[in-house]
Amino acid sequence: MRNHHDVLVVGTGPAGTQVALGLAAGGFAGSIGLVGAEPELPYERPPLSKGYLTGDCGEDALLTRPATFWSDSPVDLRLGAAVTSVNPAAHRVRTAENKVMSYGSLVWAAGCRPRRLEVAGAELDGVLALRSWQDAKNLRESLGRADRVAVIGGGYIGLEVAAAATKLGARVTVVEAQERLLARVAGHTVAEYVAQRHVAAGVRLKVGTGVTEILGDGSSVVGVRLSSGEIVDADIVVVGVGVVPNVEPLAAAGATCRNGVVVDEGCRTDLPDVLAAGDCAVLGDPGSSANGLRIESIQNASAHAKMVVATLMGHPRPARETPWFWSNQYDLKLKTAGLTVQYDNVVLRGEPDSGQFAVVYLRGDVVVAVDAMNSARDFAHGKALVGVNVRGLQDMVADTAVPLKLVLSSAHEGGA
Amino acid sequence: MPTVTFVSADGDRRILEAREGETLMSVAVRNGVPGIEGECGGELSCGTCHVHVAEDWSDRLKPASDDETDMLEVVDSPSARSRLCCQIRASSAVDGLVLEVPA
Repeated sequence: MRNHHDVLVVGTGPAGTQVALGLAAGGFAGSIGLVGAEPELPYERPPLSKGYLTGDCGEDALLTRPATFWSDSPVDLRLGAAVTSVNPAAHRVRTAENKVMSYGSLVWAAGCRPRRLEVAGAELDGVLALRSWQDAKNLRESLGRADRVAVIGGGYIGLEVAAAATKLGARVTVVEAQERLLARVAGHTVAEYVAQRHVAAGVRLKVGTGVTEILGDGSSVVGVRLSSGEIVDADIVVVGVGVVPNVEPLAAAGATCRNGVVVDEGCRTDLPDVLAAGDCAVLGDPGSSANGLRIESIQNASAHAKMVVATLMGHPRPARETPWFWSNQYDLKLKTAGLTVQYDNVVLRGEPDSGQFAVVYLRGDVVVAVDAMNSARDFAHGKALVGVNVRGLQDMVADTAVPLKLVLSSAHEGGA
Repeated sequence: MPTVTFVSADGDRRILEAREGETLMSVAVRNGVPGIEGECGGELSCGTCHVHVAEDWSDRLKPASDDETDMLEVVDSPSARSRLCCQIRASSAVDGLVLEVPA
């Protein structure tokens, strides 16, 4: 790899990779470097907690681009090199191997790392996290040998792992500290439906319960002690309790960081010539509904990447996108449009017992989010409804005989 | 290996070899076909792999599922020949298929 690039992108996850690909495809006139700590070529993360674990999805499906693409590409790619410090004044970064690279502009897309559980026994063999391809390989191999699996954390990752492990024949217990599953990202109706689906599949759920210790036999895990005192036997423990942004080098260089590195609407940090994108970045833009929230999603990484490319190439800023998310567990497909935060009213659309329903979250009369359970239509239409004032139309929102698309056109006609 | 042609709005034609069983979205993305993003990786969540199937091919493909039809309602410039190419898999049945990428 060369030592200087006009744009140096740090991080080969979706955000960093999409920045490099976007610059190249956009005909960026300067040199583009893409450096990542992981040894693998850029790859897709969503399958790691779904089809890759169950064996439905193979290794070759994971690569974002084949190897031949990178060798033919103007992007100068370097793998297995962790950037550990940044000197913004000198426009230089240093790697763990003490290699120095200089840049015209730096794009920090270093993502996050799994949060560690701070309890005794967290270092035992058989206590696993899931973030990287290597983590997924280890987990897949362990699942092949494990009879009993304890999953700590009832968020998307924990629940997708629970579903995959159950499919592979393991007996799974999910332990969640909050009073319901998916507490950060979904309301009660969705959480209840998801919980019922897991229980029906044979998963034991322990909500409102913490973990006080991971128990071992020599160096290997044998179980988990809950805050209730109960012991859950386990051959492996998967910890899915959130992630921590990899922004320490930027913070050390003086960037404003608040649960992630703060960026403006153009994805610039407050360090000169340093931008950031993806899971590690948090928007500081009072005009956005996402202000102050660090969003962890593929859509957010892609949107940031497009913004970074526009900023670097002096192109018009892309329009703000509605955030959206998805999770697949068993045969359940949950798709969410918008952010389920700061809502004061919810409208249920459809019967959860039917296996297909949607929940529309409102702040006053404005739709802030839509959770669509097994309904591509309500997701597709609901996405357009986020941010729309539906005063006087709540009956239509609740009525499954009325497509949400019609609510949208009614809202616009009413001048609401 | 089946061959599939992607035609851009400006008339540019990319004739690509697809691997058996691969989605046509994946063929497009790994060959850098402009306008096909596949942002959600084939999850029927984003509509960024939207194509128009050439006239003489429309009824030779397996019909769209209900979910795909629902997503197609909200793509830009939908037509009667619209498909999401993450839902079309490569096989000998699609050899010679021509797909137009909307502007």
